[in-house]
Amino acid sequence: MPLNPSFGTRESYTRTAIAFHWLIALLIVCGFALGWVMTDIPGFTPAKLRYFSWHKWIGVTVFALAIVRILWRATHAAPPLPRRMPAWQRGGAHLVHLLLYALMIAIPASGYLYSSAANVPVVYLGLIPLPRLIEPDPHLKDLLKNLHIALNYTLLVLVALHVAAALKHQWLDRDGLLSRMLPFLK
Amino acid sequence: MKVSFYRYMLAGFAAASLTAAGAALAQVDVAKSSVTATSKQMNVPVEGKFGKFSAEVSFDPARPAAGSAQINIDVASYDLGDESYNEQVRGKEWFDAKTYPGATFVSSAIAPAGGGKFNVTGKLSIKGKSQTVVVPVTVAQQGALQTFDGALPIKRSQFDIGTGEWKDTSVVADEVLIKFHLVVAHK
Repeated sequence: MPLNPSFGTRESYTRTAIAFHWLIALLIVCGFALGWVMTDIPGFTPAKLRYFSWHKWIGVTVFALAIVRILWRATHAAPPLPRRMPAWQRGGAHLVHLLLYALMIAIPASGYLYSSAANVPVVYLGLIPLPRLIEPDPHLKDLLKNLHIALNYTLLVLVALHVAAALKHQWLDRDGLLSRMLPFLK
Repeated sequence: MKVSFYRYMLAGFAAASLTAAGAALAQVDVAKSSVTATSKQMNVPVEGKFGKFSAEVSFDPARPAAGSAQINIDVASYDLGDESYNEQVRGKEWFDAKTYPGATFVSSAIAPAGGGKFNVTGKLSIKGKSQTVVVPVTVAQQGALQTFDGALPIKRSQFDIGTGEWKDTSVVADEVLIKFHLVVAHK
């Protein structure tokens, strides 16, 4: 195995991986913020109904992008982690990444099923009616609602960890890890 | 003793006259029937069910013109599957159920349209506004059971359903589809 004289950390993610990462990140932030705001509006208002639709369109988009991204990631290795990273941090990073991928699938899926159970089908972009996967069911609706919320709070914690770790690498370890995902930092 | 005898007489007479009326105008079996209204929110069909309604139908396929139908719907019973939404829909901007508790349809003419279908003309009143509408109804008979199925698109703006900021039809479309399935059991 040839040694990499540049410690491996200077090796960037590919442009495809970077595009996937930031596009999905942006959509997740928008979807999360909309979800937060819209569920705080009492009763229903025109704005609330709009936000609900936008929130669902974003969720469907994240779901589709996440599937393509996971397939892409499964066939393309990520650049290696800095060599001096202790094993527990490597393990932690891999675990958080794995869970983030899982939530990119599970959160839109739970929201979609919640919408189906609530007897509100999803019409993507207001144009494409998507199939109803489960029949309306008030009991299941409550269950899926709570699941959707719980998964989102889990995501919030994981994203906070993910961002904190990236900033730690940038400012404390100064190992250039962040520049793999933000090439202009180089 | 005498008083109670007259009471029985009276009760018997009342029961007899009710039965006579019932033969002409059959009560709809509400438990087996349904009336729904589907609105489109951002192009998403959202169906709500009216939990309380009553209907009387008198219909002989051989003599459709002699038939009649009357439906009374308790608009406060509209159920979207979420109590906070239901409560809002009962409010002034939508059904204003306190002032206008009932929506009614009263037929005025029934004409055959072929293939078990009939066009029922009548007056639809919601929220104090009335419109003459023609409802295409499919009639089926299975033994003593008679079923009436139909769908009627209406414009909610014509009945002042959704006032204020809801007049904007870009979020909740103007067209609302009323669907009904009425079951009448003839004895």
